[in-house]
Amino acid sequence: MKFEQWKNFNKGDWETEINVRDFIQRNYTPYNGDESFLAGATPKTTKLWNEVLELYKKEKESEGSVLDIDTKTISTITSHEAGYIDKDLEDIVGLQTNAPLKRAIMPFGGIRIVEKSCEAYGRKVDDEVEEIFHKYRKTHNDGVFSVYTPDIRAARSSHLITGLPDGYGRGRIIGDYRRVALYGVDVLIEEKKQELDVLDVECFNQEVIREREEISDQIKALNDLKIMASKYGFDISLPASNAKEAIQWLYFGYLAAIKDQNGAAMSLGRTSTFLDIYIERDLKNGVITEEEAQEIMDHFVMKLRLVRFLRTPEYNELFSGDPVWVTESIGGMGIDGRTLVTKNSFRILHTLENLGPAPEPNLTVLWSTRLPEGFKRYTTNLSIKTSSIQYENDDIMRITLGDDYGIACCVSPMKIGKQMQFFGARANLAKALLYAINGGKDEISGKQITPKYEPITSEYLDYDEVIFKFNQMMDYVAKIYIKALNAIHYMHDKYSYEAIEMALHDREILRTMACGIAGLSVVADSLSAIKYAKVKVIRNEAGLAIDYEIEGDFPKFGNDDDRVDQIAVDIVKTFMNKLRKHPTYRNSKHTLSILTITSNVVYGKATGNTPDGRKAGAPFGPGANPLHGRDTNGALSVMNSIAKLPFDSAEDGISYTFSITPKTLGKTEEERVSNLVNMLDGYFAQTGHHINVNVFDRSLLEDAMEHPEKYPQLTIRVSGYAVNFTKLTREQQLDVINRTIHEKI
Amino acid sequence: MDEKDKDLKYYAKVHSIESFGTVDGPGIRFVLFLQGCHLQCKYCHNRDTWDINGGTYKSLNEIFEKILKYKNYICPNGGVTITGGEPLLQVKFLIELFTKLKNENIHTCIDTSGMVALTDDIKKVLSLTDLVLLDIKHIDDEKCKKLTGISNKLELAFAKYLSENNIKMWIRQVLIPGYTDDENDLLKLKDFLSSLKTIEKVELLPYHDMGKYKWKKLGLKYELDDVRNATSDDISRAKSILER
Repeated sequence: MKFEQWKNFNKGDWETEINVRDFIQRNYTPYNGDESFLAGATPKTTKLWNEVLELYKKEKESEGSVLDIDTKTISTITSHEAGYIDKDLEDIVGLQTNAPLKRAIMPFGGIRIVEKSCEAYGRKVDDEVEEIFHKYRKTHNDGVFSVYTPDIRAARSSHLITGLPDGYGRGRIIGDYRRVALYGVDVLIEEKKQELDVLDVECFNQEVIREREEISDQIKALNDLKIMASKYGFDISLPASNAKEAIQWLYFGYLAAIKDQNGAAMSLGRTSTFLDIYIERDLKNGVITEEEAQEIMDHFVMKLRLVRFLRTPEYNELFSGDPVWVTESIGGMGIDGRTLVTKNSFRILHTLENLGPAPEPNLTVLWSTRLPEGFKRYTTNLSIKTSSIQYENDDIMRITLGDDYGIACCVSPMKIGKQMQFFGARANLAKALLYAINGGKDEISGKQITPKYEPITSEYLDYDEVIFKFNQMMDYVAKIYIKALNAIHYMHDKYSYEAIEMALHDREILRTMACGIAGLSVVADSLSAIKYAKVKVIRNEAGLAIDYEIEGDFPKFGNDDDRVDQIAVDIVKTFMNKLRKHPTYRNSKHTLSILTITSNVVYGKATGNTPDGRKAGAPFGPGANPLHGRDTNGALSVMNSIAKLPFDSAEDGISYTFSITPKTLGKTEEERVSNLVNMLDGYFAQTGHHINVNVFDRSLLEDAMEHPEKYPQLTIRVSGYAVNFTKLTREQQLDVINRTIHEKI
Repeated sequence: MDEKDKDLKYYAKVHSIESFGTVDGPGIRFVLFLQGCHLQCKYCHNRDTWDINGGTYKSLNEIFEKILKYKNYICPNGGVTITGGEPLLQVKFLIELFTKLKNENIHTCIDTSGMVALTDDIKKVLSLTDLVLLDIKHIDDEKCKKLTGISNKLELAFAKYLSENNIKMWIRQVLIPGYTDDENDLLKLKDFLSSLKTIEKVELLPYHDMGKYKWKKLGLKYELDDVRNATSDDISRAKSILER
């Protein structure tokens, strides 16, 4: 291949094959300096952003905070005509529908969820659309429920397994959107045609046929992508020729994905260092100035902040604050030892200053103890000011994932364009423990949910007996869980295949079956109480264990105490091994996350009293956090406890949400930055995987609860993403406020 | 183990630990709160650390091993701070602990009132101490007695000893409206401080009543009930006097 657009780029394998990493490695400029080169917002940016803020305001005032819905047009890559915020001001163009913040319907995942969403916001789905999807066209949701077995249904409705993507898009797939910019769409289509050719084989079996169909769909999606861009007046058949085009091409790729799929998380990948190559070339050739470079990035990020999906209020209860997870992974180190931090890593973070804090895009810094000092200080300083950044351990992920992976959703790492996951929500292990005690009967309803196991009948819980029965129950949960996930992902591939995202992948990819755990610290503390204190069972007339009395003290997770931390480690390993026993759809690799997003509140609500003394209905700790109030030795003890959880057995990520008051972090701004840098270096050296950093006073949140209008942009990090605090439900706001905020008097 | 069997070289009476201290010394500090204090400061915000019979015994090795688990965080520019209570009451233990910490190149710091006699043991532990946070209770002896129940002679001698032996110190004074903010007292304090050579920093800590609840919890009367919290204006006023 040879293109005029590639002038001045260093040559390499990337010219003869689709290989974005090779292009980056040969062409990028590591940056070891500080933020002094950055430019502020241009007048054009400020004007445009003010228009967006006006739109946000209108959106907030609308019913259910949904500005508008196109209830008639089934969203596809090409479904809508071009839409603009203010055409003359926009450096980067493209909206999901023909107007900003107008939400589209995507019924292929499930028509019911679309209908319910529209109703919740005072609309009704167009009759014709309803007719099509009720009469003629089956959806992912229909498919799943046509094969679900009674045991899966029981586990699902009793909240033993919840949050399953069986009625909504699974998401968590990252297209390599950079390919659109580097190669142009025609090259990508050509490549896919060759892949089809490779699949013209003797043994024409089910796998081959499925793959040929998928690749044909991918080719169609790529053609649609070109049509979509042409509506905005762009021909993206060929590679981008400058920075502005590169960003525009890349964004078109992403835009096609979010028009095609209402996925639980629609992440962007690892784009900023890639884009820096184009910006550097333009700066060198005098095509643009630093101000203009920042302006284009600001406008790009503005677009990412406008992404909206139509979702039901129940969904928002699970994943509150209207999150999209436009996760962008920033920084990290290359395997050759050079940092992948570029000036553009600074520019994308700088949007938090030029446009103010915001939950999206989900800015994720891939932290290494070897990151350049200037970058470490800049990003931590922004964390302190905005609470909008999360950090993940590049030093442990790079070992298996190399240096061109990105984070999908909150904490799920995957090689860009070479790996995808089947998102699997999570199993409620705290509930499983209660089922072990009650022989599979639900502690709230009293119904038999699992096959009948022998319940525990003794007055006091015996550790060995509980462990034995808990193991039995985890065996059962693992089996049902994988069954459900196999059904879900078979149907998702069949009825709601992500053709455009998969078109931006290699043909041969690694698929993971991404399972999850909720309630880890509750289970660890419960088992610790049973082992180190005495736990008496309170039963109702029917003999159902409904409450527990603890006599004596016991070690609690989050205090760097091996006696209980080891229990948590063992649960993770054990459950992971149990999952591995069950074959998965498409031979995907079993993985596990310890992440609850904001569903720790909902899960807790559905779970009865637990033997650790947690009361029925009380929220779990988010992700791998200790239950709030249980950690008494300060923040680093919590970090050490969490860092013990084995990433090898939880490769889909281990989430920790950390909140601290500014005063507790240090006396001066200088001290706060340096303490936070050292804290992150220390935590990641201890092999911690992920951390959300929040720096604020409790009183600020309390005030924001009472006077939301004063805090339109108040952003806080919850488990794996950021939310606008005022968009949380009151229950979730209280959960955040009641959570441990490290504080010193 | 029975109390009388404890060898005070190898055991300490511990109130609590804070793994992420950032205000008691430079950088990130592992803060060990020792139990027991012989002063009776009316404004104490850790009233629960006074009782010499409270706290839990922890062994030297247990504490040392625990600290090592935080090396990744504290080694760049932080360290270990011992506070309390009055940490120097457990001086034999501190000598052993600091000897071990210095072998690991960990920065050592003591937060003290300095109201102790300069015995050989005290001198020994100070030789192993990188930084002393010296809380001057009151520069005026009579007022000091009223506020803390004890004369300030020992702490002033302690400060001189640190200066003469080249041991770094951060001077602290809690600014209590109506108690420690008198202009003449502050000028006297200034004179005294100017005679010391190893001061790195002077910290004026604004009085707050957030420790009051601990007194009430113990069923004790909090004598400073009518005293207001010090404001940032109070601090800047006092600062300007000290810098005059």
